[in-house]
Amino acid sequence: MENQYFNLSDYVEQMALLLDLAIKDEYRDEVVANFERIRAIAQLVDSFPLPEDVEVAPVFEP
Amino acid sequence: MNDAVSIATAIRTGKVSAVEVTKTALANISARDRELNCFTAVMAETALADAAHIDSEIVKGNNPGLLSGVPFAVKNLFDIAGLTTLAGAKINAENPAAIQDATAVAKLKQAGAVLVGALNMDEYAYGFVTENYHYGATRNPHDLRRVAGGSSGGSAAAVAAGLVPVTLGSDTNGSIRVPAALCGVFGFKPTYGRLSRAGVALFSSSLDHIGPFARSVGDIATIFDVLQGKDSSDPVCTNRPKELTLPQLNEDISGLRIAIADDYFVKGADSEALAAVHKVANALNVKQYITLPEAHRARAAAFVITACEGANLHLDKLRSRPQDFDPATRDRFLAGALIPSNWYLQAQRFRKWYRDCIREVFQHIDVILAPTTPITAPLISQQNMILDGEEILVRPHLGLFTQPLSFIGLPVLSVPVQHHSNLPLGVQIIAAPYNEAIILRVASILEDQGIVSAERVEV
Repeated sequence: MENQYFNLSDYVEQMALLLDLAIKDEYRDEVVANFERIRAIAQLVDSFPLPEDVEVAPVFEP
Repeated sequence: MNDAVSIATAIRTGKVSAVEVTKTALANISARDRELNCFTAVMAETALADAAHIDSEIVKGNNPGLLSGVPFAVKNLFDIAGLTTLAGAKINAENPAAIQDATAVAKLKQAGAVLVGALNMDEYAYGFVTENYHYGATRNPHDLRRVAGGSSGGSAAAVAAGLVPVTLGSDTNGSIRVPAALCGVFGFKPTYGRLSRAGVALFSSSLDHIGPFARSVGDIATIFDVLQGKDSSDPVCTNRPKELTLPQLNEDISGLRIAIADDYFVKGADSEALAAVHKVANALNVKQYITLPEAHRARAAAFVITACEGANLHLDKLRSRPQDFDPATRDRFLAGALIPSNWYLQAQRFRKWYRDCIREVFQHIDVILAPTTPITAPLISQQNMILDGEEILVRPHLGLFTQPLSFIGLPVLSVPVQHHSNLPLGVQIIAAPYNEAIILRVASILEDQGIVSAERVEV
């Protein structure tokens, strides 16, 4: 993690509480590992500078 | 009779009856599917009744349609009236039976095709292997120790093994193209919104498509033409008029600008996958390369959107009965439920940007060639693989080359390149949105030249 104060495991636990999503102890390690994977992948998208006028397509027409 | 069009012709001209063809298909399924595990339901009784109806229409002098008496089956996320739609999940087995057929199923039946059953898939379509925790793994007919690919694994393997000539599947990130490539059959994912998804269990609506599997280009074109048409029951389905591709199949392709995708689409592939692309490119005399910029980011954005939308769809069940999910899908859905909204929205905005970027590419090119998967079918239960000396996870990697394309809804056909001594592979033929006809024309030439083919595999 770039930010040493951020604890991924704590985030998973707290966010799950917020969503009323009980994550059983035996699932936790895999969920954290999966979230870590998503975080790294999302970082790729997030780090790409998009012009402000690029909106989400309300009706997506390819 | 290898393909649907010849079967229908033989039935219409009285050379064979629809009941005989259906009985043969049912006998094949009962003899060989124990080993392959493609089917999760076989509907012998209704299939034979439907076939008898087709025969009686022909006796009366009526034409029951382009697909008269052709047996077909669908991934078990398509609604079939009278059957519970599983979507690969144990949880859904408790649902009541579907009241009506999905639009696509109804259209094939209207064209005279006979539905014989429902096919295995990854739970909720979240996977590239069809190793279903509840319903078992579908085996690859080319090598029973290997996966069929996924998530429409049953659909691809059933066609490869010749159990039925035609099946339907769905593709969110590669779920038609990946199993088509690994099983050595044609798998077509038309433009996003081109075919109605009404009556199909969704996974990630922003990216969900449906499409056919078959053993010939003519069959793919025929089925695509039958399935086209607007449908108010699917808000994403296009209002564009149908464009029949079958009559265009033999049109000249010499004016088309074709190029091979380089950079991202070369780096992650092993030598066999690249050899398959070159075999196709050489046959078409294609030497030009083209770069699709930011393809790695497109894949990343598709990953985020899928995880987020999929998790949202199943959130109630993730809360109330997580123990009843396939562990592999459950943990990914749970993680997906925790995604901050900004990551999702940024991925959706990137999708718009990337669409515009690739539209620009298609100003200068008509058709792009790329590998479908980076490798041939991995072993069942195989977790890791070595690529460029690096150990990586097999399952997500199978979608490396398919994900950036479905992300922006491009039409893509995966064509099968066979190896006599080895496993088959696929090559993606890609065009601009709504240019399905061009793709099928190119595939038809390759089929005529014998470069791509999907002969039925004896198990």
